[in-house]
Amino acid sequence: MTRRYVYILAALLTLISAATFVYKWQVLGFPLTGNQQTPVWTIETSIQFDAGPGSIKVNLQIPTLTPGYRTLREFNVSKGYGFNLNYVSGGREAQWAVRRTSGRQTIYYRRVVYEDPGSEQTDTTPPFPPPPVINEPLKTAVEVIVADVRDRSADTATFTAELLRLINQPSPDANIELLMADAGTPAEFVETITTVLAAARIPARMIRGIVLQDRQRRTDPRPWLEVHDGDRWRYFDPNSGAEGLPERFLMWWRGNEPLVRVEGGSNVEVSFAVRQNFLDAMAIAEQRAEVEGSVLVDFSLFSLPIQTQAVYSVLLMIPIGALVMVFMRNIIGIDAFGTFMPVLIALSFRETQLLWGAILFSLLVGLGLSIRFLLERLRLLLVPRLGAVLIVVVILMLVVSVVSHKLGLETGLSVALFPMVIIAMTIEHMSIVWEERGPADAIRGGLGSLVVAVFAYLAMGMMWLEHLIFVFPELLLVALAIVILLGRYTGYRLTEITRFKVLSGK
Amino acid sequence: MFATAKRLRAAGVLGLNKRNTDYIMRLNPRHLYPRVDDKLLTKKLALEAGMAVPELYGVISHQSEVRNLAAIVSAHDSFVIKPAHGSGGNGIIVIVSRSKRRRDCYRTASGILMWEEELQHHISNIVSGSYSLGGNPDVALIEYCVKFDPMFSEVSYQGVPDIRVIVYRGYPIMAMVRLPTRTSGGKANLHQGAVGAGIDISSGETLTGVLNDDIVEDHPDTGALIAGLYIPQWDFILQSAARGLEVTGLGYLGVDIVIDRDRGPLILEMNARPGLNIQIANCTGLCERIKRVDEIYDPDADPVTRAKICRTEFPADRQTALPLNGTG
Repeated sequence: MTRRYVYILAALLTLISAATFVYKWQVLGFPLTGNQQTPVWTIETSIQFDAGPGSIKVNLQIPTLTPGYRTLREFNVSKGYGFNLNYVSGGREAQWAVRRTSGRQTIYYRRVVYEDPGSEQTDTTPPFPPPPVINEPLKTAVEVIVADVRDRSADTATFTAELLRLINQPSPDANIELLMADAGTPAEFVETITTVLAAARIPARMIRGIVLQDRQRRTDPRPWLEVHDGDRWRYFDPNSGAEGLPERFLMWWRGNEPLVRVEGGSNVEVSFAVRQNFLDAMAIAEQRAEVEGSVLVDFSLFSLPIQTQAVYSVLLMIPIGALVMVFMRNIIGIDAFGTFMPVLIALSFRETQLLWGAILFSLLVGLGLSIRFLLERLRLLLVPRLGAVLIVVVILMLVVSVVSHKLGLETGLSVALFPMVIIAMTIEHMSIVWEERGPADAIRGGLGSLVVAVFAYLAMGMMWLEHLIFVFPELLLVALAIVILLGRYTGYRLTEITRFKVLSGK
Repeated sequence: MFATAKRLRAAGVLGLNKRNTDYIMRLNPRHLYPRVDDKLLTKKLALEAGMAVPELYGVISHQSEVRNLAAIVSAHDSFVIKPAHGSGGNGIIVIVSRSKRRRDCYRTASGILMWEEELQHHISNIVSGSYSLGGNPDVALIEYCVKFDPMFSEVSYQGVPDIRVIVYRGYPIMAMVRLPTRTSGGKANLHQGAVGAGIDISSGETLTGVLNDDIVEDHPDTGALIAGLYIPQWDFILQSAARGLEVTGLGYLGVDIVIDRDRGPLILEMNARPGLNIQIANCTGLCERIKRVDEIYDPDADPVTRAKICRTEFPADRQTALPLNGTG
């Protein structure tokens, strides 16, 4: 009966833990391994202009939908300007306004994004565009081109591709040459293409974005073609007709509006600067969860002050030590002094390093034990005797530190990190076992403690595990489930198999 | 390794984990532990149940009473000092005689002389909790020192052998006699180096011995053959052990009995977590016998009936026990 409850409880704990773990890992994107870095791009737009005599209004197109990228944060820097965000047809527009100012003005708009291939943001389905009003002789040229391309295509995508191929031919025909004569800049070039597509009743628009490259002081928005095939928006390279977006293309705004409009200023200069840096994946997951309003993150360890976090990253490993301890005791069957003494010793091994830790521990216990035997002759009562052992342990730690420092062995100083009360109790316990059961049992117990401590240290020192448990503390429930299950383990201990060997009947 | 584990399971050997979870935790309610952990209480309960125990000379429960020692033992030349909450025979001093010239000089079972002052120090250590679990304050018992039964003189070195009976739900299912050796310092405790010898439940005859988990045929100090001794008053011993259930209420129990030259079998103490070495001493696993008791269990049977049933149910299986002697 109890056994069934134990299994149910263990299964329940594991389930809760696994569910939280998977949610945090898959949905919130918490990193499984430490030092997982995600590239983060910072794009800075600076607008410079000379202020005119009257009031000034600056409108800047800013990104709204950015396929392939997610926004971490955005902010603007301007002195004395009022700031506003407006939704316009092409997306969003940032607006700065000031009543009176003078001299050269600079306004910054900064946006921090990171790559997320899963982010597929597309706009809503647009209506069919009205036929554009075009004057002769361009009107005829457009009609000829549309009829020509329509004959050689099957649907929107192939129509667009064919049109782009014709336009980009090294020696285009007369109609195209006529059409493209006025398209001086790449933006005008794409604008003209959208006009032709509109004449064919295909919803199309120009998008402009920035190709992200590290340490770019000045980069210009690159125009691209976006065509709706009745189902979704598709992207085309206006210069080759190839479908898709350029690599590392951050879509900035849509439509034919200029990037920036300044009312009341002159000599406007706009430039983009791009910088790449790497942010801890954890930080990104956190901010993302914050944006999505997940409660789990509010209660994560990362909300604690940094110093407390450092303490917890160590403390959270103690359950792992306890797990090792339970395993060593009930499955292996190793004798050790003090139930969890080896776990505490293992904790101090973190500071002293393994070899030195083992040496210092043996030294301390050995010296303490010999002095404890001298104390035995004085026939002291229990508590005063324990007090005396504790004082001796502290003095020994002092001596070891000073002597090793004089010898130039700086590791010896870390002896101070051993839990002195625990060591004193171990010495006392060991000396009693020594007297009553003989040196063999005492030394076996002491070595057993050391072995368990070493294994606990190795388990607790696994960096990936430490990271995993710190980011996913719910995994401790799994440790709890395992310990509970081991609590009902009725099989033999490994050491019993040798102990009862004579009964195995071979 | 796994093959050995499989064979052990087939042989019905009980392991520590199974003993703890399936028997001790299930059959021994914790609130009954004081009845066996406190030797003073055990003695009282056993007396009430009409069982024979070593006579209590006195109790020292405070530091201030330590000086009463001389008065308590004034009429006795031999006595035993033990902590009421001691475990594993720790903290026990056996005084067998006094110096002829001075009455405040005592001789222990191992032949060492101890002054009264030293005994007082030992008692004050007991009272301050040196030998009790968790270092809690304790009381020291001073009681009758069991006289050696000559039948064991060949197979024990100093000290007095005692008989351990495992009682499962009131049925004495396995027994052994623990013989002190030189290494055990005259103490009848297996982990201190005493020899354990299995006893045939049905006849009371000793089987082979076990020393430090190995099977031995001869006593390491006297060289005498351990097997083939008949324990006197075996019926009475089994009945006393079976009565352990009524006295303590514990379903998985170890009862320790000594045989006194003059007073016969005396209940020395009882143990709620008896060790598993008894299986090696008997060359038999406990599981089979536990299973058998579960089959024949009768809640209304009295201790005498239960002891009688066990004598017919659990004869030593010499066919498998004997060939193993050579391997030890």
